[in-house]
Amino acid sequence: MNLGTIFLASLLVENVVLMRFLALCSYVGMTSSVGQSVGMGFAVTFVTVLATAATWPIYHFILVPLGLEFLQILVFILVIASLVQLVEFYLKKNVPGLYAAMGIYLPLITTNCAILAVTFDNITKNYNLIQSIVYAVGVSAGYLLAMVLLAGVRDRIKTSPVPKFLQGTPILFVATGLITVAFMGFAGMIK
Amino acid sequence: MKRLLNILLKGIITENPLLMLMIGLCSALAVTSSVANGIGMGLAMTFVNVFAELVISLFRKAIPNDARIPIFIIVIAAFTTIVDLVMKAYFPELSKAMGVFIPLIVVNCIIMGRVEAFAYKQPPLDAIFDGIGMGIGYTWVLIGIAAVREVLGAGTLAGIQIMPEAFQPILFFTLPPGGFIVFALFISLNIWLNKAQNARAAAKEAA
Repeated sequence: MNLGTIFLASLLVENVVLMRFLALCSYVGMTSSVGQSVGMGFAVTFVTVLATAATWPIYHFILVPLGLEFLQILVFILVIASLVQLVEFYLKKNVPGLYAAMGIYLPLITTNCAILAVTFDNITKNYNLIQSIVYAVGVSAGYLLAMVLLAGVRDRIKTSPVPKFLQGTPILFVATGLITVAFMGFAGMIK
Repeated sequence: MKRLLNILLKGIITENPLLMLMIGLCSALAVTSSVANGIGMGLAMTFVNVFAELVISLFRKAIPNDARIPIFIIVIAAFTTIVDLVMKAYFPELSKAMGVFIPLIVVNCIIMGRVEAFAYKQPPLDAIFDGIGMGIGYTWVLIGIAAVREVLGAGTLAGIQIMPEAFQPILFFTLPPGGFIVFALFISLNIWLNKAQNARAAAKEAA
Protein backbone atom coordinates (compact mmCIF):
# COMPACT_ATOMS: atom_id res chain seq x y z
CA MET A 1 0.00 0.00 0.00
CA ASN A 2 1.41 3.40 -0.83
CA LEU A 3 1.82 6.02 1.85
CA GLY A 4 -0.73 8.49 0.45
CA THR A 5 -3.43 5.84 0.49
CA ILE A 6 -2.61 4.87 4.05
CA PHE A 7 -2.75 8.50 5.14
CA LEU A 8 -6.06 9.33 3.45
CA ALA A 9 -7.70 6.08 4.48
CA SER A 10 -6.83 6.59 8.14
CA LEU A 11 -7.71 10.30 8.06
CA LEU A 12 -11.09 10.15 6.35
CA VAL A 13 -12.40 6.75 5.33
CA GLU A 14 -11.66 5.01 8.60
CA ASN A 15 -11.75 8.09 10.80
CA VAL A 16 -10.68 6.92 14.21
CA VAL A 17 -13.45 8.63 16.18
CA LEU A 18 -16.32 8.69 13.74
CA MET A 19 -15.99 5.36 11.98
CA ARG A 20 -14.18 3.24 14.52
CA PHE A 21 -15.58 4.63 17.77
CA LEU A 22 -12.18 5.01 19.40
CA ALA A 23 -11.20 7.68 21.92
CA LEU A 24 -14.79 8.64 22.62
CA CYS A 25 -14.15 9.60 26.25
CA SER A 26 -11.84 12.46 25.34
CA TYR A 27 -14.00 13.23 22.32
CA VAL A 28 -16.92 14.02 24.60
CA GLY A 29 -14.86 15.37 27.47
CA MET A 30 -12.36 17.64 25.75
CA THR A 31 -14.41 19.41 23.10
CA SER A 32 -16.11 22.16 25.09
CA SER A 33 -14.03 24.75 23.23
CA VAL A 34 -12.19 24.73 19.92
CA GLY A 35 -8.90 25.75 21.58
CA GLN A 36 -9.07 22.89 24.00
CA SER A 37 -9.83 20.36 21.28
CA VAL A 38 -6.89 21.57 19.20
CA GLY A 39 -4.55 21.26 22.20
CA MET A 40 -5.73 17.75 22.92
CA GLY A 41 -5.50 16.84 19.24
CA PHE A 42 -1.88 17.91 18.97
CA ALA A 43 -0.92 16.24 22.24
CA VAL A 44 -2.44 12.97 20.98
CA THR A 45 -0.69 13.33 17.61
CA PHE A 46 2.64 13.81 19.32
CA VAL A 47 2.27 10.81 21.63
CA THR A 48 0.82 8.53 18.94
CA VAL A 49 3.76 9.08 16.64
CA LEU A 50 6.23 8.60 19.49
CA ALA A 51 4.42 5.47 20.67
CA THR A 52 4.48 4.04 17.17
CA ALA A 53 8.18 4.76 16.80
CA ALA A 54 8.80 3.01 20.12
CA THR A 55 6.48 0.00 19.97
CA TRP A 56 7.14 -1.07 16.39
CA PRO A 57 10.87 -1.77 16.94
CA ILE A 58 10.16 -3.33 20.33
CA TYR A 59 7.70 -5.77 18.77
CA HIS A 60 9.79 -6.69 15.75
CA PHE A 61 13.26 -6.67 17.30
CA ILE A 62 12.57 -7.90 20.84
CA LEU A 63 9.23 -9.69 21.18
CA VAL A 64 9.26 -11.62 17.90
CA PRO A 65 12.85 -12.99 18.12
CA LEU A 66 12.18 -14.09 21.70
CA GLY A 67 8.80 -15.62 20.84
CA LEU A 68 7.04 -13.37 23.32
CA GLU A 69 4.30 -12.01 21.07
CA PHE A 70 1.66 -12.88 23.66
CA LEU A 71 3.06 -10.16 25.93
CA GLN A 72 2.12 -7.55 23.33
CA ILE A 73 -0.77 -5.99 25.26
CA LEU A 74 1.20 -5.72 28.50
CA VAL A 75 4.38 -4.39 26.90
CA PHE A 76 2.62 -1.85 24.67
CA ILE A 77 0.54 -0.30 27.41
CA LEU A 78 3.56 -0.04 29.69
CA VAL A 79 5.66 1.54 26.95
CA ILE A 80 2.95 4.11 26.25
CA ALA A 81 2.41 4.87 29.94
CA SER A 82 6.11 5.40 30.60
CA LEU A 83 6.54 7.36 27.39
CA VAL A 84 3.81 9.78 28.42
CA GLN A 85 5.44 10.13 31.79
CA LEU A 86 8.84 10.85 30.23
CA VAL A 87 7.43 13.39 27.81
CA GLU A 88 5.72 15.11 30.71
CA PHE A 89 8.96 15.35 32.71
CA TYR A 90 10.93 16.52 29.70
CA LEU A 91 8.45 19.22 28.72
CA LYS A 92 8.06 20.44 32.28
CA LYS A 93 11.79 20.90 32.64
CA ASN A 94 12.89 22.04 29.19
CA VAL A 95 9.95 23.46 27.28
CA PRO A 96 7.72 25.04 29.91
CA GLY A 97 5.75 26.98 27.29
CA LEU A 98 4.67 23.84 25.50
CA TYR A 99 4.09 22.10 28.80
CA ALA A 100 1.72 24.82 29.91
CA ALA A 101 -0.23 24.36 26.69
CA MET A 102 -0.16 20.58 26.50
CA GLY A 103 0.61 19.43 30.02
CA ILE A 104 -2.90 19.08 31.32
CA TYR A 105 -3.82 16.74 28.49
CA LEU A 106 -0.88 14.39 28.89
CA PRO A 107 -2.05 12.32 31.87
CA LEU A 108 -5.34 11.70 30.05
CA ILE A 109 -3.53 10.32 27.06
CA THR A 110 -2.28 7.11 28.65
CA THR A 111 -5.80 5.71 28.64
CA ASN A 112 -6.67 7.11 25.22
CA CYS A 113 -7.58 3.96 23.36
CA ALA A 114 -6.82 5.43 19.94
CA ILE A 115 -3.09 5.39 20.66
CA LEU A 116 -3.02 1.79 21.81
CA ALA A 117 -5.22 0.81 18.87
CA VAL A 118 -2.79 2.41 16.42
CA THR A 119 0.14 0.45 17.84
CA PHE A 120 -1.85 -2.80 17.58
CA ASP A 121 -3.02 -1.97 14.05
CA ASN A 122 0.55 -1.42 12.89
CA ILE A 123 1.32 -5.00 13.85
CA THR A 124 -1.86 -6.65 12.55
CA LYS A 125 -1.70 -4.76 9.27
CA ASN A 126 1.93 -5.74 8.74
CA TYR A 127 3.11 -2.21 8.13
CA ASN A 128 6.80 -1.43 7.99
CA LEU A 129 8.17 1.36 10.18
CA ILE A 130 7.63 4.16 7.65
CA GLN A 131 4.09 3.02 6.86
CA SER A 132 3.38 2.75 10.58
CA ILE A 133 4.47 6.32 11.21
CA VAL A 134 2.40 7.62 8.30
CA TYR A 135 -0.55 5.63 9.60
CA ALA A 136 -0.03 7.12 13.09
CA VAL A 137 0.02 10.64 11.68
CA GLY A 138 -3.07 9.95 9.60
CA VAL A 139 -5.06 8.51 12.48
CA SER A 140 -4.17 11.34 14.84
CA ALA A 141 -4.91 13.94 12.17
CA GLY A 142 -8.31 12.26 11.84
CA TYR A 143 -8.74 12.52 15.59
CA LEU A 144 -7.82 16.21 15.54
CA LEU A 145 -10.26 16.79 12.69
CA ALA A 146 -13.14 15.05 14.47
CA MET A 147 -12.39 16.92 17.72
CA VAL A 148 -12.36 20.32 16.04
CA LEU A 149 -15.54 19.53 14.10
CA LEU A 150 -17.43 18.56 17.25
CA ALA A 151 -16.06 21.53 19.21
CA GLY A 152 -17.32 23.82 16.45
CA VAL A 153 -20.72 22.16 16.42
CA ARG A 154 -20.93 22.44 20.22
CA ASP A 155 -20.40 26.19 19.97
CA ARG A 156 -23.41 26.39 17.69
CA ILE A 157 -25.51 24.07 19.85
CA LYS A 158 -25.14 26.49 22.78
CA THR A 159 -27.30 29.04 20.96
CA SER A 160 -29.64 26.61 19.20
CA PRO A 161 -33.10 25.49 20.29
CA VAL A 162 -32.42 21.84 21.13
CA PRO A 163 -35.47 19.60 21.64
CA LYS A 164 -35.96 19.19 25.35
CA PHE A 165 -35.43 15.43 25.48
CA LEU A 166 -32.05 15.74 23.74
CA GLN A 167 -30.59 18.55 25.83
CA GLY A 168 -27.21 17.91 27.40
CA THR A 169 -25.17 14.91 26.31
CA PRO A 170 -27.68 13.21 23.99
CA ILE A 171 -27.52 16.05 21.44
CA LEU A 172 -23.73 15.62 21.25
CA PHE A 173 -24.15 12.06 20.11
CA VAL A 174 -26.89 12.97 17.66
CA ALA A 175 -24.60 15.67 16.24
CA THR A 176 -21.76 13.16 16.05
CA GLY A 177 -24.07 10.76 14.25
CA LEU A 178 -24.79 13.44 11.66
CA ILE A 179 -21.11 14.30 11.21
CA THR A 180 -20.53 10.58 10.72
CA VAL A 181 -23.18 10.46 8.00
CA ALA A 182 -21.18 13.14 6.19
CA PHE A 183 -17.99 11.13 6.61
CA MET A 184 -19.64 8.07 5.10
CA GLY A 185 -19.48 9.94 1.83
CA PHE A 186 -15.76 9.22 1.80
CA ALA A 187 -16.38 5.47 1.92
CA GLY A 188 -15.92 4.81 -1.79
CA MET A 189 -12.92 7.08 -2.13
CA ILE A 190 -10.26 4.43 -1.57
CA LYS A 191 -10.53 0.90 -2.87
CA MET B 1 -26.01 -9.45 52.58
CA LYS B 2 -28.12 -6.36 51.92
CA ARG B 3 -24.92 -4.34 51.65
CA LEU B 4 -23.52 -6.64 48.98
CA LEU B 5 -26.79 -6.53 47.08
CA ASN B 6 -26.68 -2.74 47.16
CA ILE B 7 -23.14 -2.77 45.76
CA LEU B 8 -24.36 -5.06 42.99
CA LEU B 9 -27.38 -2.91 42.13
CA LYS B 10 -25.36 0.29 42.13
CA GLY B 11 -23.38 -0.84 39.09
CA ILE B 12 -26.46 -2.09 37.27
CA ILE B 13 -28.61 1.02 37.68
CA THR B 14 -27.78 4.05 39.79
CA GLU B 15 -24.11 4.26 38.87
CA ASN B 16 -24.34 2.53 35.52
CA PRO B 17 -20.91 3.12 33.98
CA LEU B 18 -22.16 3.78 30.46
CA LEU B 19 -25.35 5.72 30.96
CA MET B 20 -24.59 7.62 34.16
CA LEU B 21 -20.82 8.01 34.24
CA MET B 22 -20.31 7.99 30.45
CA ILE B 23 -17.08 6.05 30.56
CA GLY B 24 -16.03 3.02 28.55
CA LEU B 25 -17.98 4.26 25.57
CA CYS B 26 -15.68 3.19 22.75
CA SER B 27 -16.23 -0.54 22.94
CA ALA B 28 -19.90 -0.04 23.81
CA LEU B 29 -20.61 1.65 20.50
CA ALA B 30 -18.19 -0.24 18.31
CA VAL B 31 -19.29 -3.81 18.95
CA THR B 32 -23.04 -3.29 19.24
CA SER B 33 -24.02 -3.82 15.62
CA SER B 34 -25.17 -7.30 16.65
CA VAL B 35 -26.41 -8.81 19.92
CA ALA B 36 -23.95 -11.70 19.80
CA ASN B 37 -21.00 -9.29 19.72
CA GLY B 38 -22.56 -7.27 22.55
CA ILE B 39 -22.85 -10.33 24.77
CA GLY B 40 -19.31 -11.46 23.93
CA MET B 41 -17.83 -8.06 24.70
CA GLY B 42 -19.89 -7.77 27.88
CA LEU B 43 -18.70 -11.12 29.19
CA ALA B 44 -15.06 -10.41 28.30
CA MET B 45 -15.13 -7.06 30.06
CA THR B 46 -16.95 -8.47 33.11
CA PHE B 47 -14.35 -11.23 33.45
CA VAL B 48 -11.45 -8.79 33.39
CA ASN B 49 -13.24 -6.37 35.72
CA VAL B 50 -14.11 -8.97 38.37
CA PHE B 51 -10.67 -10.54 38.47
CA ALA B 52 -8.77 -7.25 38.35
CA GLU B 53 -10.88 -5.91 41.22
CA LEU B 54 -10.41 -9.13 43.19
CA VAL B 55 -6.63 -9.20 42.79
CA ILE B 56 -6.18 -5.52 43.57
CA SER B 57 -8.46 -5.81 46.58
CA LEU B 58 -6.53 -8.83 47.92
CA PHE B 59 -3.22 -6.99 47.62
CA ARG B 60 -4.51 -3.53 48.46
CA LYS B 61 -2.41 -3.27 51.63
CA ALA B 62 0.76 -4.39 49.85
CA ILE B 63 0.51 -1.99 46.92
CA PRO B 64 2.40 1.25 47.61
CA ASN B 65 0.33 4.32 46.90
CA ASP B 66 2.86 5.94 44.57
CA ALA B 67 3.24 2.91 42.33
CA ARG B 68 -0.41 1.94 42.21
CA ILE B 69 -1.32 3.07 38.70
CA PRO B 70 1.39 1.00 36.92
CA ILE B 71 0.50 -1.99 39.10
CA PHE B 72 -3.18 -1.64 38.20
CA ILE B 73 -2.26 -1.48 34.54
CA ILE B 74 -0.14 -4.62 34.75
CA VAL B 75 -2.88 -6.59 36.53
CA ILE B 76 -5.55 -5.45 34.08
CA ALA B 77 -3.26 -6.16 31.12
CA ALA B 78 -2.59 -9.68 32.40
CA PHE B 79 -6.30 -10.54 32.55
CA THR B 80 -6.95 -8.86 29.21
CA THR B 81 -4.24 -11.02 27.66
CA ILE B 82 -5.93 -14.12 29.09
CA VAL B 83 -9.29 -13.12 27.59
CA ASP B 84 -7.70 -12.23 24.26
CA LEU B 85 -5.91 -15.57 23.93
CA VAL B 86 -8.93 -17.60 25.09
CA MET B 87 -11.21 -15.82 22.61
CA LYS B 88 -8.72 -16.34 19.79
CA ALA B 89 -8.46 -20.04 20.60
CA TYR B 90 -12.09 -20.97 21.25
CA PHE B 91 -14.21 -18.27 19.59
CA PRO B 92 -12.12 -17.21 16.58
CA GLU B 93 -15.10 -15.72 14.72
CA LEU B 94 -16.27 -13.61 17.64
CA SER B 95 -12.69 -12.55 18.27
CA LYS B 96 -12.32 -11.46 14.65
CA ALA B 97 -15.63 -9.56 14.71
CA MET B 98 -14.51 -7.54 17.72
CA GLY B 99 -10.99 -7.11 16.45
CA VAL B 100 -8.91 -4.59 18.31
CA PHE B 101 -11.56 -4.00 20.96
CA ILE B 102 -10.66 -7.10 22.97
CA PRO B 103 -7.04 -6.00 23.60
CA LEU B 104 -8.41 -2.50 24.20
CA ILE B 105 -10.20 -3.72 27.33
CA VAL B 106 -6.88 -2.88 28.98
CA VAL B 107 -7.57 0.85 28.61
CA ASN B 108 -11.28 0.57 29.35
CA CYS B 109 -11.83 3.46 31.75
CA ILE B 110 -14.52 1.55 33.65
CA ILE B 111 -12.09 -1.06 34.91
CA MET B 112 -9.36 1.44 35.76
CA GLY B 113 -11.95 3.63 37.46
CA ARG B 114 -13.45 0.85 39.58
CA VAL B 115 -10.06 -0.51 40.59
CA GLU B 116 -8.87 2.93 41.65
CA ALA B 117 -12.09 4.14 43.26
CA PHE B 118 -13.39 0.91 44.77
CA ALA B 119 -11.23 -2.21 44.84
CA TYR B 120 -8.15 -0.41 46.16
CA LYS B 121 -10.09 0.58 49.29
CA GLN B 122 -12.54 -2.27 49.89
CA PRO B 123 -12.32 -5.92 51.03
CA PRO B 124 -12.27 -8.68 48.37
CA LEU B 125 -15.90 -9.82 48.68
CA ASP B 126 -17.21 -6.29 48.16
CA ALA B 127 -14.84 -5.88 45.23
CA ILE B 128 -16.15 -9.03 43.55
CA PHE B 129 -19.73 -7.83 43.86
CA ASP B 130 -18.81 -4.40 42.58
CA GLY B 131 -17.03 -6.04 39.64
CA ILE B 132 -20.04 -8.21 38.81
CA GLY B 133 -22.46 -5.30 39.21
CA MET B 134 -20.47 -3.00 36.94
CA GLY B 135 -20.03 -5.86 34.48
CA ILE B 136 -23.78 -6.53 34.33
CA GLY B 137 -24.48 -2.80 34.10
CA TYR B 138 -22.13 -2.57 31.14
CA THR B 139 -23.43 -5.75 29.51
CA TRP B 140 -27.15 -4.97 29.65
CA VAL B 141 -26.66 -1.57 28.07
CA LEU B 142 -24.57 -3.21 25.34
CA ILE B 143 -27.26 -5.82 24.72
CA GLY B 144 -29.95 -3.12 24.76
CA ILE B 145 -28.19 -0.95 22.18
CA ALA B 146 -27.28 -4.00 20.10
CA ALA B 147 -30.87 -5.28 20.14
CA VAL B 148 -32.25 -1.99 18.81
CA ARG B 149 -29.56 -1.75 16.15
CA GLU B 150 -29.81 -5.37 15.04
CA VAL B 151 -33.62 -5.53 14.89
CA LEU B 152 -33.92 -2.30 12.92
CA GLY B 153 -30.75 -2.66 10.88
CA ALA B 154 -30.91 -6.34 9.94
CA GLY B 155 -34.35 -7.56 11.03
CA THR B 156 -32.79 -10.21 13.26
CA LEU B 157 -32.23 -10.64 16.99
CA ALA B 158 -29.13 -12.60 18.00
CA GLY B 159 -29.06 -13.99 14.45
CA ILE B 160 -32.70 -15.14 14.37
CA GLN B 161 -35.08 -13.49 11.92
CA ILE B 162 -37.82 -11.80 13.92
CA MET B 163 -39.14 -9.07 11.67
CA PRO B 164 -41.70 -10.06 8.97
CA GLU B 165 -40.41 -10.93 5.51
CA ALA B 166 -41.65 -7.67 4.06
CA PHE B 167 -39.54 -5.63 6.49
CA GLN B 168 -36.86 -3.71 4.69
CA PRO B 169 -33.82 -3.55 7.00
CA ILE B 170 -32.77 0.02 7.76
CA LEU B 171 -29.07 -0.37 7.09
CA PHE B 172 -28.42 2.99 8.77
CA PHE B 173 -28.68 1.43 12.22
CA THR B 174 -25.90 -1.11 11.76
CA LEU B 175 -23.57 1.58 10.37
CA PRO B 176 -21.58 3.87 12.69
CA PRO B 177 -24.02 6.86 12.62
CA GLY B 178 -26.85 4.60 13.80
CA GLY B 179 -24.72 3.60 16.78
CA PHE B 180 -24.25 7.22 17.85
CA ILE B 181 -27.91 8.09 17.50
CA VAL B 182 -29.25 4.98 19.25
CA PHE B 183 -26.83 5.66 22.09
CA ALA B 184 -28.03 9.27 22.29
CA LEU B 185 -31.59 8.00 22.69
CA PHE B 186 -30.51 5.59 25.42
CA ILE B 187 -28.91 8.40 27.43
CA SER B 188 -31.97 10.53 26.87
CA LEU B 189 -34.22 7.72 28.12
CA ASN B 190 -32.01 7.23 31.14
CA ILE B 191 -32.03 10.93 32.02
CA TRP B 192 -35.83 10.88 31.76
CA LEU B 193 -36.12 7.79 33.98
CA ASN B 194 -33.89 9.37 36.60
CA LYS B 195 -35.86 12.60 36.53
CA ALA B 196 -39.10 10.68 36.95
CA GLN B 197 -37.65 8.78 39.87
CA ASN B 198 -36.29 11.91 41.54
CA ALA B 199 -39.65 13.60 41.12
CA ARG B 200 -41.34 10.61 42.75
CA ALA B 201 -38.87 10.66 45.63
CA ALA B 202 -39.36 14.40 46.09
CA ALA B 203 -43.15 13.98 46.08
CA LYS B 204 -42.86 11.25 48.68
CA GLU B 205 -40.72 13.49 50.89
CA ALA B 206 -43.15 16.37 50.61
CA ALA B 207 -46.09 14.18 51.54
